Amino acid sequence: MKTLSGILDIPASVGRMALGLAWELGSLFLFVCRGALLAFSLPLQWAKTVQQVFFIGVKSVSVILLIGLFTGMVLGLQGYYTLVKFGAEGLLGVAVALSIIRELGPVLTAIMITGRAGSSMAAELGIMRISEQIDALDAMGVSPVRYLFSPRLAASLICFPLLTAMFDVIGIMGGYLTGVLMLGVSPGIYMARIYDGVVMQDVTSGFVKSAVFAVLVASICCYQGYYAHRREGGFGARGVSLATTTAVVASCVSILAADYALTSFLL
Amino acid sequence: METMKSYSLETAVGLFVLAGLLCVGYLSVKLGKMELFGADGYVVKARFIDVTGLKEGASVELAGVRVGRVEAIGLSPDKRAILDLRLSKGVKLTDDAIVSIKTNGLIGDKYVKITPGGAGEPVPPGGMLTETESSVDLQDLIGKYVFGGVKEEKK
Repeated sequence: MKTLSGILDIPASVGRMALGLAWELGSLFLFVCRGALLAFSLPLQWAKTVQQVFFIGVKSVSVILLIGLFTGMVLGLQGYYTLVKFGAEGLLGVAVALSIIRELGPVLTAIMITGRAGSSMAAELGIMRISEQIDALDAMGVSPVRYLFSPRLAASLICFPLLTAMFDVIGIMGGYLTGVLMLGVSPGIYMARIYDGVVMQDVTSGFVKSAVFAVLVASICCYQGYYAHRREGGFGARGVSLATTTAVVASCVSILAADYALTSFLL
Repeated sequence: METMKSYSLETAVGLFVLAGLLCVGYLSVKLGKMELFGADGYVVKARFIDVTGLKEGASVELAGVRVGRVEAIGLSPDKRAILDLRLSKGVKLTDDAIVSIKTNGLIGDKYVKITPGGAGEPVPPGGMLTETESSVDLQDLIGKYVFGGVKEEKK
């Protein structure tokens, strides 16, 4: 009898995990829907959204430009030494441009913003939750989801594509820097191959990706912070720290998984 | 002080959005060849038996000079490939111009080459060019050479 219950523990724990996951995903989905709908409720929260654009976008520009430049430069370096074996170093420009515009731009930008802004969203909302500021908002008749989540979602949707575009442009310039100035690829060939090889579909697919990542990052990070008090691992400061960690890890994983899914749809 | 602070925040956001839009514009107009103010130039059609490897957006060259690009690739009712070539306004063609599909180097991209004719009628916008040369399939040629297809033809 004891062994039987021991065996039955395994499917029970699997079932508990599956139910927990389904419940969590459903609650996340409802949270996103509420936030998205409330973003359009009047009066629009322009001032708060601009403030969030400042925090998510403007303050990320320097770090995005920096990693964009280095990504482009290392792609130029790596690409050159591979392509030169086939005597095809003229293709360096289009290799760098396509890999940045289609993949690296949206993904690295999203991961970088997750680390810079997503983590602080989770921590901020988590602290507001455990210090009962969210309950206070509720008590005052202000919808906390509308007040806290909607501006962040809207600001992310504005910032992610713009930062991705900046990343793309500076990345192509970084490739130019190593390829043309250091390794001696002809500058005309480098740019002409980019103009020939990149088509509108590459550019739009990059922007579609970054818009999807914006929704993913903003909603996962805000959701984790907003419901920091529901965590089983701990309450208070420990709950906030767990929420922040989960927010960053879950955002990064979902960015990469969504990237694969989107690539297979958009190609 | 309060107004000063919000002013600088709004300025920073404005500059950020402008810089971002500039990059978006560069990517989509310059690299993605999006047409902002309607397409300029005019379209002529060309009928091919085979356009293997040609992609939309490929360049159209006349005497080695880029004069336009492939706007669309479609199929005619009798199962021939129809290319829409968008040419710049200054380029006038006659209906005896020969349109061929060439490859840039051995493994490069396909492009469309126009060899101007001499004595034909001018082609109006939307007109059809019928003197075409399909793309050369390198694999086919190698196959023929290796397996003796070429020799048999000589006999």
